[in-house]
Amino acid sequence: MLVTKNITKKFPGVIALENVNLKIDAGKVTAIIGENGAGKSTLMKILSGVYPDYEGEIIFKDQPVNFAGTADAQKAGIAIIHQELNLIPYLTITENIFLGRELGNAFGILDKKAMHAKAKTLLDTLHVDVNPDTLVADLKVGQQQMVEIAKALLLDADLIIMDEPTSAITEAEVETLFKVIEKLRSENKAIVYISHKLNELFKIADNYVVLRDGKTIETGLMQSMTHDELIKKMVGRAIVPMQKELADANAKELLRIENICLKQKNKASKLHNISFNVNGGEIVGVFGLMGAGRTELLETIFGVHPAASSGSVTVNNKNITIKKPADAIRAGIVLLPEDRKKDGLVLGMEVKKNISLPCLHEVEKMGLLNDKKESTLAKKHIQQLGIKTPSENQVTKNLSGGNQQKIVLAKWLERNPKVLLLDEPTRGIDVNAKNEMYKLMQELAGKGMAIVMVSSELTEILTVSNRIIVMAEGKITAIIPAGEATEDNVLKAAISIN
Amino acid sequence: MSFSLNNNHFSKLQSLIALFMLCVVFAVLSDKFFTIANGLNVMRQISVNICIAVGMTLIILTAGIDLSVGSVLALCGAVTAGLLKNGIALPSLNLFIGFTILGAILAGIVVGSLLGFFNGLVITKFKVPPFVATLAMLTIARGLTMLYSNGFPISSFNSAFTFIGGGWLLGLPVPVWIAALIVITAIIVTKKIKLGRYIFAIGGNENAARLSGININRVKIMVYTIAGALAAVGGIIVTARLDSAQPNAGTSYELDAIAAVVIGGTSLSGGRGSIWGTVLGALIIGVLNNGLVLLDVSPFWQQVVKGGVILLAVIIDKMNSKNE
Ligand SMILES: Nc1ncnc2c1ncn2[C@@H]1O[C@H](COP(=O)(O)OP(=O)(O)OP(=O)(O)O)[C@@H](O)[C@H]1O
Ligand SMILES: [Mg+2]
Repeated sequence: MLVTKNITKKFPGVIALENVNLKIDAGKVTAIIGENGAGKSTLMKILSGVYPDYEGEIIFKDQPVNFAGTADAQKAGIAIIHQELNLIPYLTITENIFLGRELGNAFGILDKKAMHAKAKTLLDTLHVDVNPDTLVADLKVGQQQMVEIAKALLLDADLIIMDEPTSAITEAEVETLFKVIEKLRSENKAIVYISHKLNELFKIADNYVVLRDGKTIETGLMQSMTHDELIKKMVGRAIVPMQKELADANAKELLRIENICLKQKNKASKLHNISFNVNGGEIVGVFGLMGAGRTELLETIFGVHPAASSGSVTVNNKNITIKKPADAIRAGIVLLPEDRKKDGLVLGMEVKKNISLPCLHEVEKMGLLNDKKESTLAKKHIQQLGIKTPSENQVTKNLSGGNQQKIVLAKWLERNPKVLLLDEPTRGIDVNAKNEMYKLMQELAGKGMAIVMVSSELTEILTVSNRIIVMAEGKITAIIPAGEATEDNVLKAAISIN
Repeated sequence: MSFSLNNNHFSKLQSLIALFMLCVVFAVLSDKFFTIANGLNVMRQISVNICIAVGMTLIILTAGIDLSVGSVLALCGAVTAGLLKNGIALPSLNLFIGFTILGAILAGIVVGSLLGFFNGLVITKFKVPPFVATLAMLTIARGLTMLYSNGFPISSFNSAFTFIGGGWLLGLPVPVWIAALIVITAIIVTKKIKLGRYIFAIGGNENAARLSGININRVKIMVYTIAGALAAVGGIIVTARLDSAQPNAGTSYELDAIAAVVIGGTSLSGGRGSIWGTVLGALIIGVLNNGLVLLDVSPFWQQVVKGGVILLAVIIDKMNSKNE
């Protein structure tokens, strides 16, 4: 259906793609695989008309094409679900889905009823149980992601590109998405699928293309591939998986949470009397389905909802009052937020300025910000976390998604926190970097940090946690030590009500 | 070298080229334009706008706006003038406080800072949008000016005071020195100290800034306070220059300040821009005003041209950021 010939794309200081050749077939799911910054999203943006300037040739349905913009690509029959969400917060779900494609009569009067109905059917196919008149701003990231998918489905395109559609949704929703994909495949549509969750690829993909440093390394059939071999192709070498270390049995308590409650009007998720503690050197995983209140829990501890919350937070046996994030940070608690674009980064600012933002005092020299010190600090973290960027002066929005995530982590590590709250820390991070991240978490715990990690990935929770807290509907339903945790009992606790 | 920096330089370069071309055009059309005397004249004329526009830049960088600066300027000018002339007299208490020049100036600046502080407080604590909060202050401060002066100008001061507006120091008009001092300080603030970085971060992404532990409210209040103080400085310069505090002084000065900021490439949505850009913007407006007057263009046409230039500047800026 689509063939590319020698696609090359250069950005200032970076060659994102170099002579990429690939073939995408109708009725097949093609997985594009590669590390963070390999060029996957860039390639997809070229195919969907976001970047009209590139070298090379694209042949779509046997015609050479050169899209001048996304509208052009859509008209030709290519739809894309971008890695970063692109919804307008203060419009409703329906308005977002139909943005630019509104239904109306000859006089330009909008047919709200028809749009509402269509939006409702789309949401139903995706099993999203919210009213289409809800403002997108009131949705959780996962639900927003489903709206993005609905938006792409509306187009009824022949080629549908999905750039990490599952990075923010729970496993049940992944199942739904896969059913939708299978249906599209049976309708002889072509699907391009990007994900860092390799087991998903084995489930859904027919073909694969491996990209490394902007070059096509290999293409082939998914069937004939193994997990380890795929990683080797991606990274260029085999990776050593993390070995879980047992938490120190006589470590002392570092964080104690008592009776945390959160009341939010007009919102489903609230927290009811949450209490738990975390020892220094311990990694506590928090698992739950969407809407269980995990993100709200971390946010409340961090002082994001001071007016609506109650309860006490004790760090190092000292009770602390947290009225705003700055208070939490002063007490040694930091949060890596779920949505890096909205809460984690100033995207228009340089990499080094994002890294130094919470610890500007460290790069001062006689009261003035010192450029050299700031660059040195940034370089240290760029190297430590393997952040792929041409330099510390690159504007953050030009980095690939996974590398942006690493920057959010970098900015907190410099503060040397006592308690690290991580909300989906490996969202959008490639297998290798994920493994590195686990090792890093372990190293930090080894230094005595207390780590609380929220994740929707059960395997991840089981891999790194010393103890697992399971939440459902704003309550803790189980606290399970790592030794006793299995997929079964964790999942059961997550769907249990009361 | 980072490309974003280059890009920024590029838009400043464009402003510089625009300024240069304006100068060439006026120099060709009028033989009075390209003289040292006229150059100094332009600089003196724009120095008040620069004082205000610097404060406005800081505010706009945080994605805010301040419509009240013109009225605040008038009130502070009047307060300084009134204190200088009449002091504070409370006959019922048999009390009279006289003011030295320095005292009166400081009092004016304190009043400006307080009004700015009040703006900041309303915007942060009561979540009133900056546009609305400062629009209210625009009216309030103008009303207070009228109340304070009974609607009459307060005039004629001793020469030590008028020196501030009309005097010369080392070959340059005093207001130019004051404006230069403010500009240099503001450049240091925006580029070299924490406050400046926080201003950019808040304008770029307020959520992320808050979650990074920045005290958003404090930074915003500080910025509005600074803008109020700078408007007061402008008011004092204007009063000293005219040897009179006019109750309707500073009317629509906020628009000139915003124009300078915008022409200078600072984005109204915050997070992007520079003090240097604003200085260039103010220079462009100043040269335009001056040149059109020298060419005897009617004041009505002057306004049309000025508006056109603002539009053009923003369109060019938009095209730049699209190419990024
Ligand atoms: N607009 C841009 N300007 C400059 N460089 C860019 C831009 N967009 C992407 N890049 C660079 O191009 C390279 C490829 O980025 P891309 O986003 O395609 O990676 P990716 O494979 O999608 O990674 P991830 O898995 O992290 O999403 C990266 O090094 C990135 O920094
Ligand atoms: Mg990507």
